[in-house]
Amino acid sequence: MSRHTQPLVWATLAALTVVLHALSGPLTYLVTYPDAWVASPTDAMNAGMQAFVGVFGPMFKVVGSILEWPIWAAQNVLRIVPWSVVALLFVVLGYAASGWRLAAFVAVSLLYMAGIGFWAESMNSLAIVLISVPMALAVGFGFGVWGAYSERAKRIIMPMLDLLQTIPAFAYLLPILILFGFGTTVGLVSSILYAFPPMVRNTILGLRAVPSEIVEAGLISGATPSQLFWKVKMPAARAQMLLGVNQTTMASLSMVIIASIIGGTNDIGWEVLSTIRKAQFGESLLVGFVIALIAMVLDRITYGFATKDRAMSGAKAQRALWTYTLIGAAVLAALSLVVPFFAQWPATWVFDPAPQMNAALEYVVINGRVAIETLKNSAFFFLMLPVKIGLGKAVSPFTWGFALTPALIAGYAVIVAAFAAWAYIKGKRTLAALALLAGAFLFVGLTNISWLVLLVSLVCASYFISGRNLAIGTGLGLLFLIVAGIWPQTVLSLYLCGLGVLVCFIFGTGIGIWASESKTVSAIVRPIIDTLQTMPLFVILIPFVMVFKIGEFTALLAVIAYAIVPAIRYTEHGLRNLPESVTEAATAIGATRRQLLFKVKLPLALPAIMLGLNQTIIYAIGMLVIAALVGTNGLGQQIYIGLGDGDFGVGMTAGIGMAVIAMIADRMTQAVSKRKQDEYGLSTDAP
Amino acid sequence: MTSAPSTSREVKLSCRNVWKIYGDTAQSHFTARQGDIGDEDTAKAHAQNIRDAGDIVASANVSFDVHVGEIFVIMGLSGSGKSTIVRCLSRLVEPTAGEILFNGENLLDQTPQQLIEFRRHKMGMVFQNFGLMPHLNVLDNVAFPLELQGIPLAKRRAKAAQVIELVGLTGREDSFPRQLSGGQQQRVGIARSLAVEPDLWFLDEPFSALDPLIRRQMQDEFLRIQAELNKSIVFITHDFLEALRIADRMAIMRDGQVVQIGRPVDLILNPADDYVREFTNDVPWEMVLTAGDIVLPGDAATDGLQVVDATESLLDLLPVLAAHEEGVAVRDSAGQITGVIKARDFVRALASGSEATTQAAQ
Repeated sequence: MSRHTQPLVWATLAALTVVLHALSGPLTYLVTYPDAWVASPTDAMNAGMQAFVGVFGPMFKVVGSILEWPIWAAQNVLRIVPWSVVALLFVVLGYAASGWRLAAFVAVSLLYMAGIGFWAESMNSLAIVLISVPMALAVGFGFGVWGAYSERAKRIIMPMLDLLQTIPAFAYLLPILILFGFGTTVGLVSSILYAFPPMVRNTILGLRAVPSEIVEAGLISGATPSQLFWKVKMPAARAQMLLGVNQTTMASLSMVIIASIIGGTNDIGWEVLSTIRKAQFGESLLVGFVIALIAMVLDRITYGFATKDRAMSGAKAQRALWTYTLIGAAVLAALSLVVPFFAQWPATWVFDPAPQMNAALEYVVINGRVAIETLKNSAFFFLMLPVKIGLGKAVSPFTWGFALTPALIAGYAVIVAAFAAWAYIKGKRTLAALALLAGAFLFVGLTNISWLVLLVSLVCASYFISGRNLAIGTGLGLLFLIVAGIWPQTVLSLYLCGLGVLVCFIFGTGIGIWASESKTVSAIVRPIIDTLQTMPLFVILIPFVMVFKIGEFTALLAVIAYAIVPAIRYTEHGLRNLPESVTEAATAIGATRRQLLFKVKLPLALPAIMLGLNQTIIYAIGMLVIAALVGTNGLGQQIYIGLGDGDFGVGMTAGIGMAVIAMIADRMTQAVSKRKQDEYGLSTDAP
Repeated sequence: MTSAPSTSREVKLSCRNVWKIYGDTAQSHFTARQGDIGDEDTAKAHAQNIRDAGDIVASANVSFDVHVGEIFVIMGLSGSGKSTIVRCLSRLVEPTAGEILFNGENLLDQTPQQLIEFRRHKMGMVFQNFGLMPHLNVLDNVAFPLELQGIPLAKRRAKAAQVIELVGLTGREDSFPRQLSGGQQQRVGIARSLAVEPDLWFLDEPFSALDPLIRRQMQDEFLRIQAELNKSIVFITHDFLEALRIADRMAIMRDGQVVQIGRPVDLILNPADDYVREFTNDVPWEMVLTAGDIVLPGDAATDGLQVVDATESLLDLLPVLAAHEEGVAVRDSAGQITGVIKARDFVRALASGSEATTQAAQ
C-alpha cells in the first residue's frame, strides 16, 4: 500500500460524511442503521441463560448458600469482637507494615469510622473483603503458577485476563446475580472474579523474572523441583507477588462496594448509594470518606508489606510485637466486658456533621448558582453538544446566541479547508486529510454520523495503526454492536468517553509534563492522584453530584477526575525515567531546557505517554458505567437497566459492547506504544 | 607460574563429543544421542548442515579432559558457547548428544534423583552475577545447599561459618546480599559453592562483573583457595590475561567449537589459527616465555657461565642477563645444560613473536 493511501482514505471518508449528511433523504439507511436490519441477540441470550439456569441453577444456589457461611461467620466475628480490639489489630498491622506514621493514620481513620457511627457497616464490607481476598489470591496464585511454568497456559490465560479486566465491573454482576440469586454471595463471587487477575499477572511476572542464575544456583545446590519452587523461586518472587496482593485487595474492595448496588446488604457501599439517591449529600460525603479511608488503609498496609525491606526487621522484634499485641487485645477484650466504651462506640459520642454540611452545601449551591450554571451550560453548549449533535445543530440563538447562517457554514468550511491546505503544503498529507475528517465530524456530530462511515473510519484506523488482524477484529466487533441494535448507545458512550479521554489526555499530559519538570508540582500532584486512584468509583461521583446535580456534565466530570490519573502518572514517569545518557548528550550539545523537553524527552517518552492514554481509556470506560447512575444514555445505562430488570440479554449485550470498545481502544494504543518502543529500542514499564 | 604441569594425570571429568543444538528438530540430527560422528572435518560439516537446517548450534563436538586438581580454563568471546558448555557439564543445560564422564561414569545417564544427589555432594558452581538468594543473609546463603540436603540448622551454620572464614567474610554473616559490594557478593558465591565440599568446581566468568582492581584481588584469592583445597576446576572467562594467570590448561572456543587446547604457553607459541593468535598478540611475552623457550641449542661454551633453570620466566631472567654480559647457561629439568642465552637472543625473541615461535617449534 503506498503512502498516499492513508490521506486519500481519510479525505474520502470526510467527503462521504458531509455528502451523506446533506443527502440523508433517500440514503437514510446509510446514516441510521434501519431497525428492520437489527437482529438483537437479547432474546436468544435470555433463552440460553434460562436453559442454563434451569439445568445448573440449583447447583449454583447450593454453592451460593455454602459461600454465604464464611461471610456470615466473618461478619459475626467482626461484630462480636469489640471495636477496640479490631482497631488495635489494624493499628499494629499498620505499624508492622511501615512504621509509626502509618499506624497513626490507621488509628485516626478507625476513630473516624467509629466516631461517625458507621463502624458496623464498615465491618460488614470488610468481612466480604476479608473472605474474598484469600479466595481471589488462591485462584490467582494457581493460575499464575500454571502460566509461569507453561507457555501454552500463559497464551490462554493472558487474553482471558484482558477480557475479564476490560469488561466493566458492573457487567459482571448480572450473570452472577442470575446464577446465585440475591444475597451477599453476589458481592463475594463478583469480587473474586474481579480481583484475581492482578494476582495472576504478578505471579507470572514475579516467577518469570527470577534471575536465571538464582534458579541455576538452586539447581546446582541440588534442589528438588519442589524445593526449587518453595525455597528459591517463591522467595525471589515475593515482592512482586505482594504487589499482586495489594492490587487484588484494592480490586476486591472496589467490587464489594460496587456490588452493594444490588442491595439487601447492610454495608457501607449501600449506605453511600442510598444517601446519594435520597440526595443526602452531607451523609453521602461522610460515608464516602469512610470508604476512601478503608481503601487507603488497606492499600497502605498491603503496599507497606510488599515494599518492606527484610533486612531492617529482626524476627525477634516481630515476635515481641505480636506477643504484646495479643496481650493488649486480650486486655481490651476483658475491659470491654466491664467498660462498655471498649465494646461499642457509645451512641451519644457519634458525631454527625451532616446537617451542617447539607446546609453549607445548600448555601453554596444557592449563592453560587449563577457561576455553577454558567460553568455547566458553557461546557454543555460549547463543548459537549457540538461533539454530540454537531455544530450544524448545536449552534442556535438559544445556545450560542446566534443562528447558523449559510454564510457562517461557509466560513467554517473555509477555516477547515485552510488548515488542511496549510498542512498539505507543509507535506503533512495525512494530517491534512485528518483535519478534513475532524472538521466534517464536528459539523455533523458524532451521533449523526453515518454508521457506515464511522465503522469504516475505525476499521481503517485499526488497519493503519496495527494491521490487518486488528482491522478485522475491529470490524467484527463493531458489526456485532450494529447488528445487535445498540449502535446508538455505543455512539453515545463513545461520545462521552471520547470527550473525557480527550480532556484527560490534554490536561493530564500537561500536568504530567509540568510535574516532571518541577519537584514542587510533583510533590503536590502525587498524593492527590494516589488518593484518586485508591478511591472506589462511587465515591468520586459524590462531590460532583452534590454541586452539579445529575446529568451528562456530572458524568463527564467524574470520568475526567478518575481517568486523568494514569495520564498524569505515565507522562511524569515516562519523562523522568529516560536513559540519562540521552538527556546528558542533548544537554552537552547545548540544548536549552525547552529544546530538551520538546525535541528529546517528549518524543522518547511517547511510548509511555501512549500507555498512559491506554490506561486513561480503560479507566474512563470503567467510570462511564458507574456514571450511568447519575444520568447518561449510553451503554452504561443499558447495563444498569439490565441489572435493574434482571434482563440478562440487554445487560450482557451492553456489557459486551463496552468490552468491545475497551478492547479496540486498548489494542490500538498498545500498538502505537509498541511500535514506538521498538523504533527507539526502549522498553517502557508501568509506573 | 602458568605452565606448571598438573600434579596428576588422573582424569576427573571428561567431556566427549558434546553437542548442544537449539531448535525444533534438534534431536533429529543425532542417533541415540551419539555425539561421536567421525573426525574433525566430518563434525564441522555436520555442524554446518545443522545450521543450514535452521537450528542453532551452541556447542559442536566439544571434547576435553579435566584432571584431578587441575584448573581448566575455557576461553572465548561472548556467544562462543563457553557458558553453554559449562552448563552442559552440570546438566543445567541438557546436551543434545555426547557424553560427560565423571570418574568414568556418564552423567547424562543419571536419573533426575541421581542428578540431584550428585549436585548436592559433588558439584559447586559460581556465577557471573553471583546468583545469591536475595532473601537470605550471608550465613544462610552459604548454608543454602546444606539446607536443601536437610542438614540441621546448627550443623549447617557451623559449616557455613567455616567456609565464610575461608573466603575472608567473617563478620558479615548477618548482611544481606544487596548490602555487600560486588567483590563481597562473589565471595559469598564462592563460599556457597564450596560449602558442600565438591569434587568439581565450576566457575562461570566469576570475576567478569567486578572492577579490574577487585578482579585482580579475587584471582589471587581464588588461587590461594585452590592451593589449599586442590579441586578439579572448570573456569570460564573471556579475558585472556585472566586465563593466563590461573590456567593449568585451557581451551579456546569459537562458534561452539573448540579451536585449541593446551597449556597457555603452547597456545601462545603455537596458535592453531589467526583467531587464537589475535588473543595472544597483546600478551606480554616476558611473562609467559621461559628460558627454555628461547634458548639456542648448540655447543657454545658454557663453562663459567651463570646457570639458570629452563622454567625461569624471562621476567626473572632480565636482571640476571643484565649482570652477565657473556650470557647464561640454561639447565633443563633433567639437570642437563641445553644451551646459552645472551642478551641479544633475549631481545630478538621479544622483538619478534614469530621468531620465538619458530625457534620453539624446532
